[in-house]
Amino acid sequence: MDILRFITAGNVDDGKSTLIGRLLYDTKQIFADQLEAIESSGRMNEDGQVDLSLLTDGLKAEREQGITIDVAYKYFSTERRKFIIADAPGHIQYTRNMVTGASNSNLSIILVDARKGVQEQTRRHSIISSLLGIPHLVICINKMDLVGYDEQVYNQIVEDYKQFARKLRAKEITFIPVSALKGDNIVEGSELTMPWYKGPSLLEHLEQVPVSQDFNLEDARFPVQYVIRPLTAEHHDYRGYAGKVISGTYKAGDKVTVQPSGQTSTIKSVELGGQVLEEAFAPMSVVLQLEDDVDISRGDMIVKAADNLEVAQEFEAEVCWMHNKALKPGAKLLLRHNSTETRCVVRNIDYKIDINTLDYLEDVDQIQLNDICRVQIKAASPLLLDKYADNRSNGGFILVDETSFATVGAGMVAEIEY
Amino acid sequence: MTKRYLDYLDQLEAEAIHIMREVAGQFEKPALLFSGGKDSITLVRLAEKAFRPGKFPFPLVHIDTGHNFPEAIRYRDELAERLGEKLIVRNVEDTIKRKSLSEPKGRYASRNALQTHTLLETIEEFGFDACIGGARRDEEKARAKERIFSVRDEFGQWDPKRQRPELWNIYNGRVHKGENVRVFPISNWTELDVWNYIKREEIELPNIYYTHERECLVRDGKLMAWSDFIFQEPDDVVVKKQVRFRTVGDMTCTAAVESIAHDIDGVIAEILESKISERGATRIDDKLSETAMEDRKKGGYF
Repeated sequence: MDILRFITAGNVDDGKSTLIGRLLYDTKQIFADQLEAIESSGRMNEDGQVDLSLLTDGLKAEREQGITIDVAYKYFSTERRKFIIADAPGHIQYTRNMVTGASNSNLSIILVDARKGVQEQTRRHSIISSLLGIPHLVICINKMDLVGYDEQVYNQIVEDYKQFARKLRAKEITFIPVSALKGDNIVEGSELTMPWYKGPSLLEHLEQVPVSQDFNLEDARFPVQYVIRPLTAEHHDYRGYAGKVISGTYKAGDKVTVQPSGQTSTIKSVELGGQVLEEAFAPMSVVLQLEDDVDISRGDMIVKAADNLEVAQEFEAEVCWMHNKALKPGAKLLLRHNSTETRCVVRNIDYKIDINTLDYLEDVDQIQLNDICRVQIKAASPLLLDKYADNRSNGGFILVDETSFATVGAGMVAEIEY
Repeated sequence: MTKRYLDYLDQLEAEAIHIMREVAGQFEKPALLFSGGKDSITLVRLAEKAFRPGKFPFPLVHIDTGHNFPEAIRYRDELAERLGEKLIVRNVEDTIKRKSLSEPKGRYASRNALQTHTLLETIEEFGFDACIGGARRDEEKARAKERIFSVRDEFGQWDPKRQRPELWNIYNGRVHKGENVRVFPISNWTELDVWNYIKREEIELPNIYYTHERECLVRDGKLMAWSDFIFQEPDDVVVKKQVRFRTVGDMTCTAAVESIAHDIDGVIAEILESKISERGATRIDDKLSETAMEDRKKGGYF
């Protein structure tokens, strides 16, 4: 049993809450007391059935203001997989939330209303999923019950979407005709209503989609978080480097380089909780011991000697801005990348990405809340970066305001200048 | 090439260890809030994995309401002893006396809310800048929206609108002096994940998690352990039942469930069969209003 993390994006109108409610309900993840709470609120749909969308209802603070504050996480599991849903509101002003939810997701469910077809919102959600490097997209063409389960309608939407999707970076796109309200193709199939559809139901697809190869096992990257030095009689000279293998694999005997210093050594052992492991691979958290006494501290990265990881201070990135106060060129910020923090300056804004069309808009003099722009950044100290497209786990960073310490931006490395 | 496959429990464990090490790396005075419940016991095992053969870079801190199950307190002391780690205990009783706080009275009296006072005092006394806790997002809808690194202001308050976006596995623990961060390494675990982990790791729990005979009061359809702390009404009936506890909090607000599960497999089987959520089955404090947890968190609660 493994884990699939996915994001659902959409408006209230396109049935996102109903879809999630249906997944939870039909996989029996809803407890009686939770249903009772909905029943006692007196809010049911026309058929007198529990309104499944209420299962994902939010906080008092949100209901009072009629808004969704941000990403809510929900969990369910089947015998094959544990699922973590990042449920993000779909409005344009919530790009920030969708970016946040998408950053940790391997799959994105995008809802299309069968009556309306591919809309601006469909494109926006697809583009954000693509920019955030989500490898698997599932396009759920919902409300099929309202178009008489018509195959032609479905085929037309699939064609329209494919036309648009040529611009996307996603590795795999799957289409499923569904009715979240009626339960067609969510957990069960749709033999009665849509005999023409031969593919899997949404849940079957979620259970089967291969995610283990989404981890990069090629480029070995081990950012050191903490140095373990017991200084006890038993472990007098012990020095263990604690961290997470964010990509690649490590085992005893591997030749390694410590960046940014460039010192080299050999792995003496790979351990966890005092137990020796044969090998560590992404995304394991372990402790590495080295043969030589090298000076290593938090923020350094242990890479395999053969791996090419350059040390750079200047790079280009796609940045999603998450704060009300716009970002202007010349702004100084804190940049956090894995276990490293450094100051940086945003030197130039190359262009803004239109998240509805993927067009580039030039002559942009500032980045507003929810904008995604291509920028040039110079860091105060060297960083150990990969391009986001090559290595998702080592190409993302956040920008932090120097005085409020709020997280104000998220960036993905695009080009590195050595 | 061998197939490299990480089981879901290993993935959850790896994530939690990474979070704990970020705490160790980013903060000067962290603490692990230990309640004696299964979730904080799980945190302790994760800390062993994260930092052995070294010592924990934080003490265990228990905010003792004085209404805890004696079994949980005994377990707490034995665990700290066995681990050789520092345990700090601060008592709600002392805060009540010192600050002349008034104790809630009546049928639903519980020191649950008063705990927050002692917690904030303890944070101030030691200057803790990060407190690790065992809250999970599947427990409750306010928790479903809280960050793994949850920044609290000087009053310990959670503001859902001012939360920091949390991307990839990058956690922003920068705070001003006086503010602190609550950190939840098992945010992404469910009740069942915790039990499956306890089983896999063969973690010993306080025996009240397994079936035992106990004198209980029946209150609002729930079984409350009979104790000196609980408010009794003349028409309350005390019954003897075979029960276990699904969560372990104060005796005044944690209900028992009828159970014959004498080992972990039995508990897991019962959870799989259960039709009531964990907090729904066992917490009196959440039943008081629909937004009880959200309101408590805004006031500085975990």
